[in-house]
Amino acid sequence: MGDRVILHADLNNFYASVECLHRPEIRDKPVAVCGDPAARHGIVLAKNYPAKATGIKTGEVIWQARQKCPQLVVVPPNYSLYLRFGRMARSIYSSYTDQVEPFGLDEAWLDVSGSTHIFGDGIRIANQIRERIKSELGITASVGVSYNKIFAKLGSDMKKPDATTVISRDNFKQVVWPLPAGDLLYVGRATGHKLARRGISTIGDIAGTDPGYLRSFLGKWGEVLWSFANGHDSSAVVHQGEESLIKSVGNSITAPRDLETDEDVQMIFYVLSESVAARMREHGFKCRTVQIQIRDKDLFSFVAQGKFLRPAYVSTDLAEKAMELFRDNYSWSNPIRSVGVRGCDLVSADSHEQLSLFEDEARRIKQDKIEATVDVLRNRFGHFSIQRAVLLNDNDLRTINPKEDHIIHPVAFFKEGRLP
Amino acid sequence: MEEINYHHPHKVYVSVKAVFYPDGGFKPVSFIWEDGQEYEINKVTDIRRAASLKAGGAGIRYTCRVENREVYLFLEEDRWFMEKR
Repeated sequence: MGDRVILHADLNNFYASVECLHRPEIRDKPVAVCGDPAARHGIVLAKNYPAKATGIKTGEVIWQARQKCPQLVVVPPNYSLYLRFGRMARSIYSSYTDQVEPFGLDEAWLDVSGSTHIFGDGIRIANQIRERIKSELGITASVGVSYNKIFAKLGSDMKKPDATTVISRDNFKQVVWPLPAGDLLYVGRATGHKLARRGISTIGDIAGTDPGYLRSFLGKWGEVLWSFANGHDSSAVVHQGEESLIKSVGNSITAPRDLETDEDVQMIFYVLSESVAARMREHGFKCRTVQIQIRDKDLFSFVAQGKFLRPAYVSTDLAEKAMELFRDNYSWSNPIRSVGVRGCDLVSADSHEQLSLFEDEARRIKQDKIEATVDVLRNRFGHFSIQRAVLLNDNDLRTINPKEDHIIHPVAFFKEGRLP
Repeated sequence: MEEINYHHPHKVYVSVKAVFYPDGGFKPVSFIWEDGQEYEINKVTDIRRAASLKAGGAGIRYTCRVENREVYLFLEEDRWFMEKR
């Protein structure tokens, strides 16, 4: 069998590009899309090239960015618009293949091996996609073409904006190996330091190091990175099965103020659980596992998860489980800045389930009905038309509407962070 | 979420009259320009997805012949807009 043809498309400066399209008057100025400082999301989410040229980095606080560039134009994010543009890009991708794996809103892998006899080789398809994104969406994309996902992604990062980069079996040693190790997917800061301390600074260095040695200080990931660096990645581009795309449903939020008591956290858990539960119901899922993510004000963070005896999609169940996990795992060494709840191990909601002898089944059915009714009310009259009494205790916290305020997490490269 | 409105001098939202066909599909037949005058669309010569860099937006672009001139009419979600020269 021949090599696969994998594309990785990256919409350049996505949020900033969409804003600049809609605001022609700021196109040539340095622009940063920033969160709302009042809600403590006041960081740079995206920037355009003029802003990048002044040294502004994503994740910086607005005032830091302003110091580097006093004439910076700051605009608020418009997620529903970005979702629309993400959808339009995806519909372009899916006219070339049904194997499209989104990675966040602005990136996607495409396996076009099966359609090269219709549309031409990978480069041709990449160029067609770029042209269409330019003319139909009015923004630009960089596309990497290779025989595996890792190199395709590296390719899309190499030439920006609006360019196609090919990484083949013939040229990857010249093209990929001189790149810094940190460019490789999954070499973050910590791994980068560990590598650097041992004199491994480029991707070529990783490729040339004995995988057993890498394993000795990086664990299993050592071998994975070694195989990435040598182009041995064979992970598949996930088929675009409608709902199968969804592996977990989660929501997290940076609270408008630091959380200091169990009650504060519980309130947020309720808010988040309601949104997670509503979204699971929307897609017809129940979850078998709940995961919580806590980050304190010094940005120390941890994740804990626990299983249900039976799959659940009722917010009360999620919130109670989340609270139980929280109590077992956190000792209040610090106030908390952000909190997340996630339902994992999804199963279809209409599958059969084992009833319990020791629980009040009538009450469960009532709970289901209540939540379904709340969904209907909120769809018709808005999120704040009905709320839990527990939320009335705090005006700052109860105004959070996580379902519509949409925080978008990229889909994990490996399912649930598991190794391939 | 609060809706963010974008204003741009080159983007003109217009009222459009359209014919909806019994077998599905539709065709714009006239629009009302910002001066209040109604213009008849003589012919639609092209329909495609396109962005308007000039007006700032993206949607389905109808290339129309109006009074012997070629103009673009964009359907962006559920609103129509045109580019102001």
